Order: sequence, then structure tokens, then C-alpha cells
Amino acid sequence: MINVSHLSKRFGNHEVLKEINLSIKQGEVVAIIGPSGSGKSTLLRCLNLLEKPNSGTIAIDQVILNSQHYNHKQETNLRKQSAMVFQHYNLFKNKTALENITYPLIVGQKMAKDKAKQYGLSLLERVGMLAYANQYPITLSGGQQQRVAIARALAVRPKVLLFDEPTSALDPERVHEVLQVMLKLAKENITMLIVTHEMEFAKYVADRIIFMSNGIIVEEGQAKSLIDNPQHELTQRFLRQLTDEVDFEI
Amino acid sequence: MNFNINYFFSVFPQILPYLPVTLFIAIVSILFAIILGLAIALIRNNRIIIIDSCLALFISLFRGIPSVVLLFIIYYGLPQIFPIMKHMGATTAAIICFSLKYSAYLAEIFRAGLASVDHGQKEAGLTSGLSTIQVYRGIILPQAMINALPNTGNMFISLLKDSSVAFFVGVQELLAAGKMLTANSFLYFETYLAVGIVYWLTVVAYSWLQKQLERKLTKPYHR
Repeated sequence: MINVSHLSKRFGNHEVLKEINLSIKQGEVVAIIGPSGSGKSTLLRCLNLLEKPNSGTIAIDQVILNSQHYNHKQETNLRKQSAMVFQHYNLFKNKTALENITYPLIVGQKMAKDKAKQYGLSLLERVGMLAYANQYPITLSGGQQQRVAIARALAVRPKVLLFDEPTSALDPERVHEVLQVMLKLAKENITMLIVTHEMEFAKYVADRIIFMSNGIIVEEGQAKSLIDNPQHELTQRFLRQLTDEVDFEI
Repeated sequence: MNFNINYFFSVFPQILPYLPVTLFIAIVSILFAIILGLAIALIRNNRIIIIDSCLALFISLFRGIPSVVLLFIIYYGLPQIFPIMKHMGATTAAIICFSLKYSAYLAEIFRAGLASVDHGQKEAGLTSGLSTIQVYRGIILPQAMINALPNTGNMFISLLKDSSVAFFVGVQELLAAGKMLTANSFLYFETYLAVGIVYWLTVVAYSWLQKQLERKLTKPYHR
């Protein structure tokens, strides 16, 4: 389904991704964890070319792209294989919840307006946002905006859904409603790649967890075993830090 | 004090027929200026060094030359260099002058407007399968325009008043109408005060219109 090989990315002299190899199966839910600056978001953003990789190949479904030479059409093609849910939701501010979903369909995919509207409403229902269809993003809470953003991402029927820290900007009491929706999608066999700090959620919902540090994949494995029984020292230290966080000494 | 109040009031009906000329110059010029200014802002957005410095020079030039001087260059100067422009009318010259000058101001306003739109909007559009042009048309430009609207309105107000400069090349507009009246009446204060009041009321009316427009357009951005 997804095959990434020898993917590298530099920002100036700083190597953010070092020869990443990764493959994900159809219907698999994979969580990427790791300290900030480890390159996990960059990896995700390379998959839809929001960041241009310096070398390596990316394949999603039938579309294969060599990052060293590709044209505009190939770029668009690869981008259409995935959809992304952002940390800061990034709903179109000048469009209602429903229009956020229908605009890419009507304009990008030339879907008939009526059909797009019906489809959009059904997606809003799926994420529990039907009652807010005609509201503008600014009137919605973070959790509500993120649920609309998930519906928008689903709308283009991507081969894979990319989540870039989807709950990091939310108030703690809003995290649950977004995770609930993601859990529902995971059960529907949608291929998902999730960069997250929610360890419990990752452990529960992901089939596989990848731990990244300093631009490389340090360790990967079945979700529960990686969290409960990490093998690599860096993974152990990272997970220990997370659980120790609350033990302040005053 | 010898203020001829009857004459003062009689000035209004005599100059008002020339208001459409002023409005025509201002509106046509601002439309051209908006198109040109937006094009410049969008091109500069791409930061191609050579083009960018050419456009920066364009902006600097037209912002730096007084309207009258620019108008004289266009109306009197250009036909001397390019004889084909000999038949250019004064109104046309004025519109060219104001379009160029105000496009330079608007380009900077639009650039700031574009910059104020969060980069995440573009990313969200691209990852939803939209092309860059579609993202700009449906998402970035509408938001940028709203951010730029108050300043664009101010530019239109400036332009409306600046259009009186067209009088210097013989355009029969509001100020020219007043000037003609003084030739017979010699009542300068009453005449030019009336001219000033007509400009002022036009600006007030326009400001009210713009406020309504802003209220309508910014609706999505209020809780």
C-alpha cells in the first residue's frame, strides 16, 4: 500500500530524515511516536510533498514517485492518494463546515453540487457534526473543527489518511471526541498513519507503532508490545520520560 | 463678513452634473489599479529575484512621483516621444495616471493581505486535492481580500480626491466646474467650499457603503 524507501530530507545542513524505509499494508493503522524534532511530522509531510524530500522514493498504491525527478502531474497524482488532518485543523475559514467538505469535491473533483452536498452531509453525520453543517469554523470548538477536518479528509476517498498530531492543539476535555472518531475509522479498516503523543490511544488503536528519534526509525513493532516492552534504550527512555512527567519534586 | 449664502446654495446644482465625471475617473481607475495591483502582489509572492526587483522599482517609482507630475508626463510628455499617443484624451491620461499610481499602493496592501492568510490554509487545500490556482481562487484570495478591504477603501477615498488633479489637463470634472463658476462670480470662498463639501459628502457616502460591505463580508469571521 505505502512503500517508502531511502527517504531523506534536509533543512539546510540539518538532516531531518535519514534514509527512512517504511511500508504499510492496506487497512493498517500505524502510529508514529518520538520526541519533538525527531522527524515524524516531516516524514508524514513528505508523503504528500508538503515537504520536498531530497532523495528516496515514495509509493502509495499504484503511484510511485522518485523524489529526485518528478513533474507537476506526478506530484498532484501522489498528493491525491492521501489526505491530511492537521494539528491546527486548518479548516477553510471562509467556508462553512459543509462547504469545507464540498468545495474540494465540487471544484477539485468536478462532482455535481447536489451530490457533493448529500455526501458532505453524510460525512458530517459520521463524525457527529451534522447539526453544525452551516456554521463557520470560528464558531466551532477545536474538537468540533478537527472532526470536520477529518470528514473533509475522508471526503476525497484517500488511500491513506495522514494525521499530524491531531489532538495536540486541543483542550484536554476535547481530545476524547476526536480520538473517538479516529477509533471508529480504524475499525472501518481505513489505512491510517498517525503522528501522536497520545500513547494510550496509540497502544489501543494502532496495529503497529514506529518510534523515531533523530531522523531514523529506532524501533517498530506491534503496538502493545512496543509500549509495554520496548527493546531499544532510546525507546525505553522516551516512554519512561512520558510516564515520569507527572512525578514532580517540589 | 460678506458670505453670499444664496449664491453658495446655487453652486451645488451647477456643479453636481460634473460629479459623475469624477466618479467615472475614480471608479475606472480603481478597477484597473486593483487588477494590476493584484497581479503585481501575486507575482511578487513567488519571489523570483529579477522580476521582484523590477516590480519593487515600479512600486517605488509610482509612489514617489506626485500625481500632477505623473499626469503631465503621461498627457504632455508621452505624445512627444510616442506620436501615436497624440490622440489620447485628457480623461484617458488621467485614468492611466491614477491606475498606475494606485496599483503601486494597492500591490503593497494586497501583498500584506496575502501574507496575513495562514499558510495552513494552502496546505489544507493542496492536500484536499485542489490545484494551487483553485486554492488561491476559492480560499486564499477571498480571505486576503477581506484583510485588505479597509486599506483598499482608504485608497479609493484618496483616489476620489486625487482625481481633482485631472483638472490640470482640462478634464471637465468637479473642480473644473467650480473654477468655471468663479470666472463669472468671483466668489471663490462660496464656490470652492461647495466643491469641497460635495467631495466630502461623496466620501462620507462611500465610507458608509464600505462599512456595510465589510459587515457583510466579515460575517464568517465573527462568533
